[in-house]
Formats: sequence, structure tokens, C-alpha cells
Amino acid sequence: MDSLKIRDLSVEVDGKRILNKINLMIPRGEVHVLFGPNASGKTSLLMTILGFPNYKVISGEILFKDKNITNIPIDERVKLGIGVAFQNPPVIRGVKLADIIYNFLKNEHDLKKKEIELCEILNLKEEFLYRDLNFCFSGGEIKRSEILQILAQKPDFVMLDEPDSGVDVENLGIIGKVINDFLKDRSGLLITHLGYILRYVEVDKAHVLIDGKIACSGEPIKILDQILKEGYGWCEKCLKMEKKH
Amino acid sequence: MPENGEKTLKAINKPASFGPDLEIKDYIRNAKALYPCPISSFPEEIVNQSLKVGIKTNGKDRVGTYFQIDHSVVFQDIQKVFEGKIELMSTTDALKKYDWLKDYWWKLIPADMDKYTALAELNWDHGYFIRVLEGQKISFPLQACLFISTDRLNQNVHNLVIIEPNSEVQIITGCTVHPNVQKGLHVGITEFFLKKGSKLTFTMIHNWAQNFDVRPRTAVLIEDDATFVNNYICLKPVKSLQTYPVAYCKGSNSKVRFNSIVVGKGNSHIDLGAKIVLQGSGSKGEIITNAIASDNAKIYSRGSLVGENSNSKAHLECKGLLVSDKAFIHAIPELIGKISGTELSHEAAIGKIAEEQIRYLMARGFSETEARSLIVRGFMDVTIFGLPDALRDELKRIIDEVSKGIL
Repeated sequence: MDSLKIRDLSVEVDGKRILNKINLMIPRGEVHVLFGPNASGKTSLLMTILGFPNYKVISGEILFKDKNITNIPIDERVKLGIGVAFQNPPVIRGVKLADIIYNFLKNEHDLKKKEIELCEILNLKEEFLYRDLNFCFSGGEIKRSEILQILAQKPDFVMLDEPDSGVDVENLGIIGKVINDFLKDRSGLLITHLGYILRYVEVDKAHVLIDGKIACSGEPIKILDQILKEGYGWCEKCLKMEKKH
Repeated sequence: MPENGEKTLKAINKPASFGPDLEIKDYIRNAKALYPCPISSFPEEIVNQSLKVGIKTNGKDRVGTYFQIDHSVVFQDIQKVFEGKIELMSTTDALKKYDWLKDYWWKLIPADMDKYTALAELNWDHGYFIRVLEGQKISFPLQACLFISTDRLNQNVHNLVIIEPNSEVQIITGCTVHPNVQKGLHVGITEFFLKKGSKLTFTMIHNWAQNFDVRPRTAVLIEDDATFVNNYICLKPVKSLQTYPVAYCKGSNSKVRFNSIVVGKGNSHIDLGAKIVLQGSGSKGEIITNAIASDNAKIYSRGSLVGENSNSKAHLECKGLLVSDKAFIHAIPELIGKISGTELSHEAAIGKIAEEQIRYLMARGFSETEARSLIVRGFMDVTIFGLPDALRDELKRIIDEVSKGIL
């Protein structure tokens, strides 16, 4: 059974085409990485998989665990086992991380113990759970808060949007290790601009997104090396070649 | 009759500066006299209504209790161990007992300010007197309940609170009505005197009826190094409520904070303000209001900071959340600097619940309705009050209970 299967997906935001005929398959137990320059559509793909309503699906479909989820609300997708760590989550005054964690852990035998355990894994103080969500969080705190929610939710398939951006070296190590441990036996889609997180996280396959299209797919290390050497211009060439054929 | 009796009489027809004008003759003055009785013998509906405004009729975790129903003082007592540390009685008894109290009575609020102050002077129905003696640090709160059990009644209380030097206390005041009461007018005059180095955390919870009118008049005098924290919560419908408390930071390093959480429901007309006058060197003030308007409610959120000392600072913040297209919030912040060196600032924001926040919470498995309700409850977060843990949790429970079904 595939975890995620995307067929011929085209998406518009405010009437503007941002994803074009995307095909992507992530088999169960595999973790894929998505590279691409700024504004190539990486985050848009993630929002579309989640079902954010301003990302309008023009054609194609999204299947999760063989179920067509193209038109179901966000929370139902999440209940099927999709999890996400956002790159820029909103500030919500008065709502605490503890409120969200509680929603995932309310059936746990020892809730308090579990909460403390999660904080310790991510090197966070317990008080962190009672601060207003994302209000005056540092870059590293935002990432750890997002990952803490994933750990509490335990989704089968997890999407991580730039978990390595704005994080200092020490925290990158912590986050990288936590993500890698969590992804064992799970499937996921990792978005990274710079690829730092790949020092810690094992991935099975890479895709490069350029201008809303998947320009190429292949072995992660090879693709990353190529991007680091030649920049994304190299991938654009591929797309042009494809057009000629 | 006070010295300025004639002036007061003339004010009886004088409308207030803000809020809808009321016809005093629409309310009645007659209420059955009730005799003092043990608080434990109160009928269940009074006990339940009181609990919703933070008043515990079992007296648990409370140092003392004042309970007034309509025009009768039915209970006033403090725990034995606090005798000689705190005084708590009706203002009627207190004025008889202490001649010097006339130096505090109507000294911060002019009796001829408007028809409501005049009414409270001409038809005065008790109110509480609380005095914490010098150097007493009281760890549990005192409570005072002003209760109305007669429909259409006009109740006019005049409260007086004196916190003597270097003492600290928390007071909870709950104002509410019997479930059978629909209409009425509550006028509450409260004068606070905070002496040097004292600290008072005053938390007031209002719970009125759909056709009820409320006109509190409050003023606070804060001396050197004293701190006044005023927390106000109003979550239930009311016909009209208009209040504009004023704090005079007279002493050096005097501090004041007004925190309010108000919810306008039904056809409620709420006109809530707070004014801080910074007179002392190093005086500081803050006004924080979180207002939610639903249904057809109208909320005016006023605030005024007046800087009169070159070493003074204050900030005003109003957040408004509109959860209905027919609701209305008008934030009116005013900053008045009278001398260079005073620092006054404000920020105000009014809007609906941000879609981005709803989507985020849905991505955490909450349904859209659950997400909205979580955001609204977050808007009423009492951690902004800076209360001791026990009292904070108590208020949180009250808010969770009362706020069910705001959306």
C-alpha cells in the first residue's frame, strides 16, 4: 500500500496556477525530500496535501492510504494520519501548546509524565507548554514546538517544512536526531531549501520542484551535490530538455 | 444630607457623559427587608449564582465575606484569626463607628457627577467597607457579593476600601442577580485608598440579566510605592453597562493595572473605560482590554492615559474580536501628555478570528467549530491578570463554564 499518491495535480491560488501536473508517490515506510528554489511551490504542495481551502485543486487527485482525500476537510485528513510541522506557524494569543498536546494525549494513562517526557526529548522547559502559542518564540523554539506536536500526534505520514531554517547548530543536532528517530517505520515528506537536515535524517528519494513542476527525481545525495555545485539552474536545464522532447 | 446636598439634588437629572441615558423612575425602590442569617443557610439558587461570580458561600479559601441582597446586609464576617488585621462591615456601620471616615467618603468621586452618583447619595443602600490594617499580608482573598433578588429593583451601594501602609490583600467582588430577575438598575460607588507601600488585587466579576442596567462609579488613589491591580470580567448579557473607573497615581513609584475581559452578547450595550492619571514620579500604568462582541452587541472600549509627571509611563492596549456581522466594537484610546518626559503609548486591534489560526488548529485535528471555540477561549485567557495560581484556576473554571456557547 502506498502512503501518499498524487496524480496529475494542478493547483491555483487566487486564479494563479502554482502547481502543474504533479505526480508523486511515497510508498509506506519511505521518506522523500523535496528540493526547490524559493517560490517554486514546495509549501504550496504541502498546503494542498493538507487541504487548505485557498489552494484550489483544478485537476488531479490526492490519495492517502488508498483513500481519495482531495475534497475532505483538513481535520479529517489529520485524523487519517497526516501530520505536519509548519515553517511559519501563526501566533495564537491565549492558546497554549498544552491545549494542543492535550487534544492528542487525552487518552494517555499518565498525561503529565508524557508531557514532561516530550519536553525533555526536545530540550524544552515544561513552562514552554503554557506560553501563548508561537508568541515571542525564537526560531529554534518554533521548530521544536512544531516537532513536539508531531511527537504527540504520532502520525503515519509526516510533512516537515524547512525544519532546519533559522535553527542554530546545537538545536539542529537535537531536531535532526528526533526527526530521524521518529521517521523510522513511518513515511514522510521533507522540505528543505539548504539540505542541512540531511546530515541527520536518512531519506530514500529526492524530488526537485521548479516553477510548480517536478523537474527531476532520484537519489538524494546525488541531487543535493549537483544543486550545491551548480545551483538550481542545472534543474531548469532539465526542464527545458524535457520540453524539447 | 451631605454639605453639598443641594448640588447633588440638582444632578439627579444629569445624564452621564457616556452610555445610554436611563429613566430612574422605571425602577422600583421597595425591597423586602431581609434579616442577617448564616451564609450556610442560603437557598440553593443564591449559592449557585454566587459561585458563578467567584463568591463561595461555604467560605472555603476566603478570609472574610460581605453579602448584601437588595437593600439588606445579610452576612458580614471575617475568620477569627484575622480579627484585628482586617475590618469588614457595611459602610453604614463603618460611618457610624468611625468619625474620621468622612475624610474618605465622596472624596474621590463627586456626588454630583451625574444622575447615578446623585442617586447613590440620595438613596444609599449600604455597600461594603474593607480596611486592611498596617503591615498585614493576607494570603487568601476577601469576598464581597452584591446580589439582587427583586425584579425591577434599583440598588445603590457605596463601597469604601482602605489598604493601610505596607499591607497586601486580594478582594473578589461578585455582582449578580437571582435567576428570576430580568430588569433592574445597579449603581455601585467604590472609592479605593491605597496607602504607602500597599498592594491590592481587586477582581470583579459581573453576571447580570438581559434587561439589566449597570452604572458603577469607581476611583482609586494610590500613594507612594503602592500597587493597584484591577481585574474585571463580564461574560453574560446585560442591557447596558457603563463604567469609567479612574486611578490617580499620586505617589512616587505608584503603579496601576486595569485588566478587563468582556463579552457582549445578545443586544448588550457595554461602554467600558479606564483612566489613569500619572502624578507621582516613577508612576506607571497599564490598561489591557480584551473584548468579544457577538450577536447584536455593541462594545465601546475607552481608555485614557494622562501624563502629569515628567518621570511617568503608561500603556493602553485594546483587542477586539467580532464573532458576528451585526456586532460592533469601537475602541477609543486617548493619550494626554501634559509634560515632557512622560511616556504614553497605545495599541488597538479589532478583527474577526483569523482564518490562518483556524486552519492551523484544524491541522492539529480540531474541527472548525472546536478551533473557533479554542481561539475565543484563548481570547479570554486570565493569565493576563497575573493572579496567584489558585485564584487564576478558579477564574479559568468560571470562564470555561460561563463562556460555553459564545459562538
